[in-house]
Amino acid sequence: MSQLSLAVDIAGLRLRNPTMNAAGVLGISGPLLKRVYEGGAGAVVTKSLGPVPREGHHNPTLVTVEGGVLNAMGLPNPGADYFVDVIRWLKGEGVPVVASFFGATIEEFRDVACTLSDAGVDALELNCSCPNVVEEMGMLGADCLNTEAVTAAVKEVAKTPVFVKLSPNVTDISEIARGAERGGADAITACNTLIGMAVDVDMRRPILANTTGGLSGPALKPVALRCVWEIAKTVDIPIIGCGGVTNWRDAVEFLLCGASAVEIGTAVMERGVEVFGMVVEGIRSYLEVNGFKEVKDIVGLAHET
Amino acid sequence: MSGSRMKPDTLRVRQLVDVTEEAGDMVSLYFRDVQCSQALPGQYVMIWVPGVDEVPMSLSTIGRRKVSSVTVRPVGEATRYICDLKAGNMVGVRGPFGNGYTLECDLPLVVAGGVGAASLTPLAESLVTRGVRPTFVLGARNEEQLVFRERLKNLLDEGLVLATDDGSCGFKGFASDCALKLMDERQFDVVYTCGPELMMALIFRSAEDRGIQVQASLERYIKCAVGLCGSCAIGPYRVCKDGPVLTTDQLKVVRDEFGLQRMDPSGQAIKVDH
Ligand SMILES: Cc1cc2nc3c(=O)[nH]c(=O)nc-3n(C[C@H](O)[C@H](O)[C@H](O)COP(=O)(O)OP(=O)(O)OC[C@H]3O[C@@H](n4cnc5c(N)ncnc54)[C@H](O)[C@@H]3O)c2cc1C
Ligand SMILES: Cc1cc2nc3c(=O)[nH]c(=O)nc-3n(C[C@H](O)[C@H](O)[C@H](O)COP(=O)(O)O)c2cc1C
Ligand code: FES
Repeated sequence: MSQLSLAVDIAGLRLRNPTMNAAGVLGISGPLLKRVYEGGAGAVVTKSLGPVPREGHHNPTLVTVEGGVLNAMGLPNPGADYFVDVIRWLKGEGVPVVASFFGATIEEFRDVACTLSDAGVDALELNCSCPNVVEEMGMLGADCLNTEAVTAAVKEVAKTPVFVKLSPNVTDISEIARGAERGGADAITACNTLIGMAVDVDMRRPILANTTGGLSGPALKPVALRCVWEIAKTVDIPIIGCGGVTNWRDAVEFLLCGASAVEIGTAVMERGVEVFGMVVEGIRSYLEVNGFKEVKDIVGLAHET
Repeated sequence: MSGSRMKPDTLRVRQLVDVTEEAGDMVSLYFRDVQCSQALPGQYVMIWVPGVDEVPMSLSTIGRRKVSSVTVRPVGEATRYICDLKAGNMVGVRGPFGNGYTLECDLPLVVAGGVGAASLTPLAESLVTRGVRPTFVLGARNEEQLVFRERLKNLLDEGLVLATDDGSCGFKGFASDCALKLMDERQFDVVYTCGPELMMALIFRSAEDRGIQVQASLERYIKCAVGLCGSCAIGPYRVCKDGPVLTTDQLKVVRDEFGLQRMDPSGQAIKVDH
């Protein structure tokens, strides 16, 4: 047997392997998240939780497009208070939990973070980047100063590492990442979906009820890789890559660009929750075949000159 | 886009070639679609009406001369709107989605409550094609509500058992009571059921006691339909992708939820009340 280890350390959070589900994918239900963990993920990420329950947008909320899907779920969630029991149940089942969360104001972000942190999560993922609720909440995450302020407010109350998830729908994502780092972020998740839309020629209407939605899946991958690459050049904190990871090769690309772990969302559609185990096994073979001992050995390798 | 190489999850718009009134205010909408003509009994599609909604509907006809259908019971805004559509109107279609029923059985009992007959009628047709003759309980509140009565009578003749809550036709009482009586009188190896969840939960427990396998088609709140959002969860299963048909082994796993609770569109648990 080799000494090979797949375990990773993200800002003090130790995971058995570098994969998680992307926020909002299966994360609204405890038993489904447990299934994600059994499918091989290193930790699970909840649906983004807000201060009060939200039903989200009307259907159609999702449509497939070339190279991925567009979604405008509209952040449906049962509220952070409601989810406390789900988190405790998952923890009782031995599942490491990252709670994704959002608010409309800095105070709301802080309160929700406090609730979830007290519930015993292993990390928080601050979502200031959902493209589907801009009118209601404003794009807090599109601004460097805001990002710094909201991160700092959350860090004051958080007892766990705080990941800040960024939007690719900005001019300079590394600027925002720098703001998050200044605010005290323990890691950056890059990235959320790209804003897009789909129109039907027969109906002559936008397809999504919300008109615009977020693009995810393979079509997003080159953009997400670029985001990780630029952020890695700018900040010193760990990065979690997200966007279009479908197989081990995609995951390794993110690691080489500077990500310490990856989140997988849309690929669950085609490959099921088994996708986590498959990606992890692929990373293992890659490390083995190329003579590496652990995941850390390849993080950021593509930056070396 | 059209043609058979298109993936079923791609949205396409189809013109309604026929719209027919069924028993009890229900309406069948017929459209031509290659993907639907290759569907399995028990699979469903998402029907999109712009500006209104997109809702899940079981295929009630699969590919008869390439024409498929859904059969809609008007219960709310979207379904009422759909029931008012006319031939020549267009709807968006995604799917077919989900697993469908498995056809392996020798002595099947089929129990349909109300619009549940929509997915079970193509099942009965497939079984007959395979040389298996099911006993089919068609239940409804009263005689006027018995959907697909002629179609099933022509297919099954003596195999069709009618049940009405008010006794206006056939067995007097709930379809589940009728099914229980049949399970006591005759031998069955599989029970297929679709209809009100409380009815299906009763049937599941009775069949379990008798060691009969169950395949029940469930409803949960469907948003994405492709297994991503989790809105349709029941226990560790996604009704949109792992279901809508759950088997005895799966129903045992979700015993604490089946017939008792479901998630509302925000993900909070609410009571199952019908
Ligand atoms: C797999 C599946 C197959 C179905 N097949 C049929 C069928 O063949 N014929 C038929 O008449 N009905 C069928 N239904 C039920 C049908 O989808 C709902 O009646 C319809 O969505 C109601 O929409 P509405 O706007 O008219 O009613 P609303 O007033 O919006 O709601 C009435 C009820 O329908 C439920 N509902 C609303 N939207 C959805 C949704 N997106 N997903 C699931 N439930 C919803 C609500 O929870 C509520 O209980 C099926 C449901 C599922 C899950
Ligand atoms: C159905 C769906 C729901 C999502 N919900 C959320 C959410 O609640 N919070 C969030 O931060 N991102 C959400 N996302 C974005 C994903 O977390 C992820 O950033 C994006 O999908 C890119 O990864 P992928 O290509 O692997 O899917 C959602 C994506 C999808 C497809
Ligand atoms: S409806 Fe989205 S997972 Fe089933």
